[in-house]
Amino acid sequence: MKILSAIAITAFLAYVAGLYTSFPWWGFVVTSLIVSVAIHQKPGKAFLSGFLGLFLLWAGMALLKDAANEHILSAKVAQILPLGGSYLVLILVTGIVGGLVSGFAALTGSYLRRSR
Amino acid sequence: MRIVPFLISGLCTVGLVAVLNMQLTTGTGKTPRLGYFLSPQHGFWQNAEAANTGFDADLKFSDLKGKVDVYMDDRLVPHIYAEQDIDAYYVQGFLHAKFRLWQMEFQTHVAAGRLSEIVGEDRLPTDRFFRRLGMVYGAEQSMANMEKNPEMKATVQAYSDGVNAYIQSLKPEQIPFEYKLLDYKPEAWTPLKTYLFMMFMAYDLTARGATTDLQMTNAKNYFGYDDFNKLYPNVQDSLDPIIPKGTEYGYPGIIPVAPKNVDSVYLNKNKIISGSTAMAPVVADKDNGSNNWAVSGSKTKSGRPILCNDPHLGLNLPSLWYEVQISTPSHNTYGASFPGAPAVVIGFNDSIAWGVTNAGRDVIDYYDMKFKDSTLSDYWFNGDWVKAEQRTETIKIKGKPDLVEKIAITVFGPVMYDKAYKNASTDGKYLAVKWTAHAPGNGLQTFYELDRAKNYNDYQKAISGWLCPGQNFAFASKAGDIAIKQQGAFVARWKRQGDAIMPGTDSSYMWQGIIPADENPMMKNPARGFVSSANQMSTDSTYPYYLGAANSFPLYRGIIINRKLSVMNAITAEDMQHLQMENYNVFAEMARPVLLKFIDEKTLSGEEKKYIDILKSWNLRGDASEKGATVFKCIWDSLETEVWGDEFSKNKLPMTWPDASTLLENLLKDSAYRFADNINTANKTESIRDDVMAAVKKASGKLHYYEDEGKLEWAKSKDTRINHLLKIPALSRLHLPIGGGTHMINATKDMHGPSWRMIVHLTDEIEAYGVYPGGQSGNPGSKYYDTFVDSWATGKYYRILFIKKEAAAKSDKMKWHMTFTNS
Repeated sequence: MKILSAIAITAFLAYVAGLYTSFPWWGFVVTSLIVSVAIHQKPGKAFLSGFLGLFLLWAGMALLKDAANEHILSAKVAQILPLGGSYLVLILVTGIVGGLVSGFAALTGSYLRRSR
Repeated sequence: MRIVPFLISGLCTVGLVAVLNMQLTTGTGKTPRLGYFLSPQHGFWQNAEAANTGFDADLKFSDLKGKVDVYMDDRLVPHIYAEQDIDAYYVQGFLHAKFRLWQMEFQTHVAAGRLSEIVGEDRLPTDRFFRRLGMVYGAEQSMANMEKNPEMKATVQAYSDGVNAYIQSLKPEQIPFEYKLLDYKPEAWTPLKTYLFMMFMAYDLTARGATTDLQMTNAKNYFGYDDFNKLYPNVQDSLDPIIPKGTEYGYPGIIPVAPKNVDSVYLNKNKIISGSTAMAPVVADKDNGSNNWAVSGSKTKSGRPILCNDPHLGLNLPSLWYEVQISTPSHNTYGASFPGAPAVVIGFNDSIAWGVTNAGRDVIDYYDMKFKDSTLSDYWFNGDWVKAEQRTETIKIKGKPDLVEKIAITVFGPVMYDKAYKNASTDGKYLAVKWTAHAPGNGLQTFYELDRAKNYNDYQKAISGWLCPGQNFAFASKAGDIAIKQQGAFVARWKRQGDAIMPGTDSSYMWQGIIPADENPMMKNPARGFVSSANQMSTDSTYPYYLGAANSFPLYRGIIINRKLSVMNAITAEDMQHLQMENYNVFAEMARPVLLKFIDEKTLSGEEKKYIDILKSWNLRGDASEKGATVFKCIWDSLETEVWGDEFSKNKLPMTWPDASTLLENLLKDSAYRFADNINTANKTESIRDDVMAAVKKASGKLHYYEDEGKLEWAKSKDTRINHLLKIPALSRLHLPIGGGTHMINATKDMHGPSWRMIVHLTDEIEAYGVYPGGQSGNPGSKYYDTFVDSWATGKYYRILFIKKEAAAKSDKMKWHMTFTNS
């Protein structure tokens, strides 16, 4: 259950950090690191928690925005980037990018405390 | 703590953030900062506007003098009801910014030569060109002039304040999509930017000469005057001018006199010299033009006038135009406005309607200057060294040091080309540019007054101060008047003055005056019951001033418009819709018989014969599905190449090709046209017949390719598209199924065409229709981004909602309500 609460708190704090949009987009690096220090897990699990926390948050928010927008913008951006015009791929890429950064931050946090 | 893995994963995190936080260079340009761009709370997802977004708002701004109500209709057109005029412009600025901010800033950055600042040194040639042409200089002149008028100063300031009120209200994540894509931020708006935008329009509509005068000089030098005069004539046989032939003109107020040495020094008669100047990086489209006409009640079913206008410009997303109704106690006006400028530019009010087309007159010239040395401090003028003013223009370049342009200002104007800004063919010449857009203008005041005009006299007064770009202002009123006037600051020229670079070492080649406004071509309530213009020459050759070389004036749209209007009666607004979408090609009507006359069918292959059969049975229309239109264009283009290609490729310097009308008119009257001969074949003299047959064979190759690709139909081979201003395909609308094209009333070419179609029927309750190829929102993430494009392509119009405030409050067409108050 530890991993679930780590994921949930990672996502929640990243969301809160993201509300302050005059701060950079990577504000969650700090919160994800703190979460993995506070809820200590083995490196693999810490990475997974950090990754999933942001993956779910970013992909989820993107999914909501995209549904309300009826894919108008995502279809265009997915051609510019280029991702074959697929909004689904774009949402996944969004989640993976956030997830990777957060995962590495959490991994870093887990190495801060000696594992038992 | 495990120090090594900690450090490694920490470095990975920092590295990943760093990479995702920078713009990466790819083969085709730069990526956005991907982490930022993809972040759902910061980046582009924030611009994905919910399809059911509402636009209701209660806004408070201390700058406002009174209350403003804005009703947004189902097409997202704002209907602004303001207690005070000045507040209406504040709110117009706010709404322009809310829906078009990026575009407004980008277009003024283009005009100001500031693209390098946001996209890097790739755009430096464009920036230098605009700086050196004096775009900023001209905007400053006009602004200084307009600020002497307290009413106009306050109007432009209020508009600017409204734009800034919106910019200041923006949270970081709310900036428009393109800022995030290119990674920069909006800056504050200023009144100067409005004047820069007006300069951009002046450039687009009058500055082809900045390029063609150089090319015409090359042609004059290469061919010698006699051939030059044949290739670029100043009359057109089939011209149907704006003011009908046979109109008598009064004694001119100015009689421009050519300098005594004009034949030897300027026209280089009987002499061929070499060396000259080069292409500009930006060339305004040759067919920047338009149609407008007004028919009087005698020709309409209702007995009331109808006015129509469709300005032809480059087709872009977001559109150049933004529809708006502005209603205050002083006026109630609807029409198309420019995001970037206050007021309605083309439209109608409770009493009158007006529309514009480009006059196409030559108002830009080059003078060849002599400077003492490359410091550009002294130039030779009228037998003396004269001190030049010095102007510096600093171009900021993203990721590079600034570039400082030093520009000398002479009695003629800024020295655009010099030894520091040149290319192989300018040869280090000092070329000063004289352009009416540099003179202190008052453009906005004309629209401000037209918005309020009640009758013919108000219209005349409003346009009398209009200087640049020269326009044909068509007019119709509820009172039953129709009129047209070509208005602008037009140079009183002697014949051929300014078609090419002129000597600038003394005053003999200077402009001798601006034609008095009351001598400009005009017509009110003519017996024929209509007025029209389509960028053709405004008068026949009995008009006492030289209009400029005929190749500046498209010929055929005017002919077909007048032919149609003269036989139409009991006209309705719907008839006018069909007329604006008319795809009949009068040029092809005249050219096809010439082609067929010279085609020897016996020598054609089976495939060539098949294409000629399509041409023969073609109905002369550029409708979307017509194959004959593609066949005709391919053969005609090939013929031009056969006739001109040999002569024109001999000269390394660029030269303007003669007009299609010049070639056609020569083929019609001269069956032994000298230029038909291919000068590369020494022992053979080709005839027109040889050229036409060669053209048919060449065209067949291209037509075969089109046929293989399934693109023989006209709309497919023409391939009309509306590019995003950044030319990003995903943000553009491509492959539109629309007919029309060059020479046709529906002048829709591949990237250029009717940018706003308007029809105003001046009945008691005005019946108006409009459509433009875009949408009210500039946000690619909005469903209102390209709402009108499909209607525009298929010739559908929207019935314009032009209503009073009380009715607006109750109308079920009004979807949203915004209020603007000061407390």
